[in-house]
Amino acid sequence: MLDESAPIFSQVAEQLADQIADGGLAEGERVPSSNELAAYYRINPATAAKGINVLTDEGVLEKRRGIGMFVAAGARQRLLDERRKRFTERYIEPMVAEAGRLGIDAEALVELVRAYGHTQGGVTV
Amino acid sequence: MTPAISVAGLTRRYRGQLALDDVTFDIEGASITGLLGRNGAGKTTLLRIIAAQEFASAGRVRVLGASPVQSDAIAGRVVLIREDQTFPELRVCQVLRVASLFYPNWSAELAEALLADFDLPPNRRVRKLSRGMRSAVGMVIGLAARAEVTLFDEPYAGLDPVARQIFYDRLLADYAVHPRTVLISTHLIDEIAGLLERMVVIDRGAIVLDAAADDLRGSVTSVRGPALAVQEFAAGRHTCGRRQLASQESVVVIGALAALDLARARALRLSLEPLSLQQVVIHAAGRPETDVRDRTSA
Repeated sequence: MLDESAPIFSQVAEQLADQIADGGLAEGERVPSSNELAAYYRINPATAAKGINVLTDEGVLEKRRGIGMFVAAGARQRLLDERRKRFTERYIEPMVAEAGRLGIDAEALVELVRAYGHTQGGVTV
Repeated sequence: MTPAISVAGLTRRYRGQLALDDVTFDIEGASITGLLGRNGAGKTTLLRIIAAQEFASAGRVRVLGASPVQSDAIAGRVVLIREDQTFPELRVCQVLRVASLFYPNWSAELAEALLADFDLPPNRRVRKLSRGMRSAVGMVIGLAARAEVTLFDEPYAGLDPVARQIFYDRLLADYAVHPRTVLISTHLIDEIAGLLERMVVIDRGAIVLDAAADDLRGSVTSVRGPALAVQEFAAGRHTCGRRQLASQESVVVIGALAALDLARARALRLSLEPLSLQQVVIHAAGRPETDVRDRTSA
């Protein structure tokens, strides 16, 4: 679930953000407490709390006194916007770089993406 | 706030041999800290001094604000569970009853639950238990004592991975409800890494690394690829463990890599692999090759 590539707190924040962006955690829904996250990931509760704090600072989560942490209104859209902004850097850049090494030109690359999109029945380019 | 454990300039000599050499660190309130290092590095000596089972040759030690050797105030508020802990010649349930009298925060309920978790027969004599079961009795005491300062010194002798996982899970669950200062010495770093907030590594009696565990994650990276590209990337960085095979080279880069570094590595077609905390500790306590070379040439 977690790896060594980055601090655990940021991985916890990222996985919660992913769940919110994918709709697994709906806006207004209660998110797991730091102790629940700690038990689930088998990590220190302070580390889990730090992960929650990242999302609170970003306005993705909001605290309701005495009840817990909840997904803030508009959080999902904000996370999706952010992901779109990072799409080029995260996916296009490494793909184009590798295509360049393999001698796949732009036309062929677009064709590959289009063909793959069809097999998945999802994206049509 | 008074630190739970405060150690300053702590030195311990055995007949001219330095077991601890000017060790200084504080542990504030509730936390789980790993005390790591090679055999003979001084971990047990340090834990025994904190638990008032051994004297310092020099330096200052305060546990819950008091000197451990002079104060009755901390008796029962500190528990140390050692590897191959010895117990009185009693049945398991009697050993637990004795412990319950000594630790004011003792939870009989937790002790009973843990007995069941570890499949310990309450009426068996401790002497007749297997090594692993004796270790489990130590874990039951260490956790059920709920001592403000809880010290475990490689508490796993003979325990299988399943029992160790039970220990980690129960420690985490009880710590969440009853936070306390936990200090664990262990060699099984990858198993426990997620539980640790902080890692203190000692080598030859001295602290060589003291850092928040999360700060260390992603801070040491193995870089592999064409030798020329690796050298270009590694230039000006703190590195160690260089290895070469034909035109390929790998090197360990110390220090977190920024997004720019990652892009650069991609452009150079290098493969990056973050090292586990266990590897980080090996690099901290493992006497880097340059160090060894310096000494042999001297």
